[in-house]
Amino acid sequence: MPDTAIKASGLVKWFGEGEAKTTALKEVNLETYFGEIVYIVGPSGSGKTTLLSVLSGILRPNAGKVLVEGGNIWALDADRLAEFRLNKLGFVFQDYHLFPRLTTAENVAIPLILKHEDWNESMKKAVRYLEIVGLKGKEQLPPIKLSGGEQQRVAIARAMVGQPDILIMDEPTASLDGETGRSIVSFVHQNVLNNQRCIIIVTHDSRIYEFADRILDMEDGRLASTEKVSHEN
Amino acid sequence: MKGILKLAYKLVVNDKAKFTALLVGITFAVFLMMFITSMFVGVLNHSAATVINIDAPIWVMDPTVQTPANTIGLPGYILDAVRSMQGVKYAVPLYAGAALLKLADGTYQSANIIGLDDTSLYGRPELIQGNIDDIYAENGFIAIQDADFPKLGNAHIGSEFELNDNRGVIVGIAKVRSSSLFGIPTLYTTYYRCLQYIPNPRYTISYVLVVPKSMRDVPRIKQQVKVLGYVALTKDEFIGRTTNFYIFQSGFGMNLLIMTAVSFIVGLSVSGQTFYTFILENLERFGALKAIGTKSRELVSIILFQAAFTSLTGYGLGVGLCVSLIGVAKLRMPEYAAMISYLNLAVPFAMVLVIAAISSYFGVRRVLAIEPFDIFRG
Ligand SMILES: Nc1ncnc2c1ncn2[C@@H]1O[C@H](COP(=O)(O)OP(=O)(O)OP(=O)(O)O)[C@@H](O)[C@H]1O
Ligand SMILES: [Mg+2]
Repeated sequence: MPDTAIKASGLVKWFGEGEAKTTALKEVNLETYFGEIVYIVGPSGSGKTTLLSVLSGILRPNAGKVLVEGGNIWALDADRLAEFRLNKLGFVFQDYHLFPRLTTAENVAIPLILKHEDWNESMKKAVRYLEIVGLKGKEQLPPIKLSGGEQQRVAIARAMVGQPDILIMDEPTASLDGETGRSIVSFVHQNVLNNQRCIIIVTHDSRIYEFADRILDMEDGRLASTEKVSHEN
Repeated sequence: MKGILKLAYKLVVNDKAKFTALLVGITFAVFLMMFITSMFVGVLNHSAATVINIDAPIWVMDPTVQTPANTIGLPGYILDAVRSMQGVKYAVPLYAGAALLKLADGTYQSANIIGLDDTSLYGRPELIQGNIDDIYAENGFIAIQDADFPKLGNAHIGSEFELNDNRGVIVGIAKVRSSSLFGIPTLYTTYYRCLQYIPNPRYTISYVLVVPKSMRDVPRIKQQVKVLGYVALTKDEFIGRTTNFYIFQSGFGMNLLIMTAVSFIVGLSVSGQTFYTFILENLERFGALKAIGTKSRELVSIILFQAAFTSLTGYGLGVGLCVSLIGVAKLRMPEYAAMISYLNLAVPFAMVLVIAAISSYFGVRRVLAIEPFDIFRG
C-alpha cells in the first residue's frame, strides 16, 4: 500500500447567502497516494476547481479537514499556509499566469526566489527544468514568444522546479489542441510522476484519460464513483 | 528578500512603456516643484539682500516695517537710547534708500543707496577695486558689482555722476553676497553723506544696527526696544518677516502654492494612475504569486519597492534636470534669481514620497484583496 499524500474528509464549501447560496462541495471525502495520477472529472459547475482549491490551501472550506503528512492544513495561519503551498505544492493554472515581462527562465525560477534561494542558483535550476520540459534554448525569451503548448510546459517547469510532493493541474489541456494536450500529459506521466509525488488533474478531456491511475467523478458537489483505469503499458 | 526585490525591480523596469510614463510623470512633477520653489527662494533671498549683506545681528526698526524695501525713519534719540541699553556692545545707524542718479552720459538711473555709519563703516562690502577709506573722500561712493552694475554706464573708479545736483565719484568697486531684487544698481557711501545728498523727512535713521555683548542679551535688548515703541529683530527674524510678507501678503506666495500644488497633482495623477494601471494589469499574476505561496508581507514589499524605486529614480532625474537648467540659466544670466536650497530639495522629495505612498496604498489594497481562488477559476 503506497503512502497517503492527501486525506480529506467532510469537506463542505458554499458560496453566497440565502437565496443565492450555492453549495459547491457537499461532504467530500478523498484520499490520494504518492505515486499516482488522480483525475477529477465531471460536468461544468460540479465543484472540481473548488475541490482543488480547498485541497491545495487556497480556498478555506466551511467544514472538513485536509490532512497532508498527518496535519490539517486548514489549522495553519495564513503565513504557514503560504509556506505549505510554496514548499509542498506545484500549481499549473489553466491560464498559465506567466509574467510577460520576465524571461521564461525567470518565470520558472519564481518559486525558488520566493523560497529565498540564491538568484543565480535559481536561474541555473530553472534552465535545467526548462531543458527537462524540452525548451532548451528558449530560456531568455519572453513567454509571449512561445506557443500555447510551450507556455504550458513553462508552467509545468515552474510547478516542478521546487520539487513539490503534490502537483495540482486544473484543465491543463483546455486551451491546447488535442495532440499537444496529449503530449503534455504524456510527458507529465513519464517525467514528472514518481513514487514520492502525487499528481491531481482536473479535466474534461477524455483523450487523456489513459494516463490516469484513478478517475474520480464529481457531480453536483459530491465525488460520485471511483473508476480504476488499467494501463495498456 | 533580495531575490524577491530583484524580481520586483524586473517586473516594473521591464515594462518599458509604463516605466517610462511613471518616470516622466514623477520627473516632470519634481522638476516643476523644484523649479518653482527655487525661483521663490531665489527671489526671497534677493528681497532680503540688504539684511543679508549688512549682516548685523540685531536690527531696530519701526514696528510696521515689513521688508527692507520700505523703511520708516527712526528719530535720532533711538540711537542714543539703544546705545545706552543693557547688553548692547555697540549700535550704529544705517541709511537705506533709493535715489535718482544722473549718469555721465546724461541718462537717469535709480539706485539703492546704503549709508554706512561714518565711524565704524559697519556692514561694509568686500572691495574688489579701490580702498575702503576712499569712501571718506569727497563725494566718494562705492559701486556694487552685481547683475545691475552695468546699468551705471561704463562705471569704473573715477566715474562721476550727479545725485540731486551733488557730484558723486566712484572710488571703489565691491561685491556683496546677495544682489537686490529690484533690478537697480547699489551704491554704498557714508551715513552722513546720505543725509547731505538725499532730501530726507524729519527722521533719517533707517535702522539701528545692534551688536549685543552676547547672544544671551538679545531678549533683554528686544524687551528694552519694545518699551520705546519700536521693534528689534534678529537677522533671521528680519529675513523671516520679509519672507512671510512675500509669501502671505504679496500674492506671490499664493501663486507659488498653487503652482506647486498643480505640479504635485499632475505628478500624482500621471504617476499614480500609471502605477495603478501597472498593478491592475498584473493583478492576475500577483494572484498567481499568492497562490504559489507568496506571503502578504512579501507582496507588500514588492509593491512598496516598485513604487519607491520609480519615485526615487524620478526624483533624481527631476533634480538633475532642474539643477542643470538653472545652471545653464545662471551661466547666461549670472544673477538669475533662482537658488537651490535644502527646502527646494526637501519639498519635492516629500511630495514624491506622498505620491509613492498614495500609489502603493491603492496598489497594495488591490493586491491584498485578490482571491487566488478567482485566479484559479480563470
Ligand atoms: N466565488 C464564487 N461565488 C459564487 N459561486 C461560486 C463561486 N465559485 C464557484 N461558485 C459556484 O460553485 C460551483 C462549483 O464551481 P467550480 O468552479 O468548482 O466548478 P467546476 O466543476 O470547476 O466547473 P468548470 O468545469 O466549469 O470549471 C458552481 O455552481 C459555481 O457557480
Ligand atoms: Mg473549474
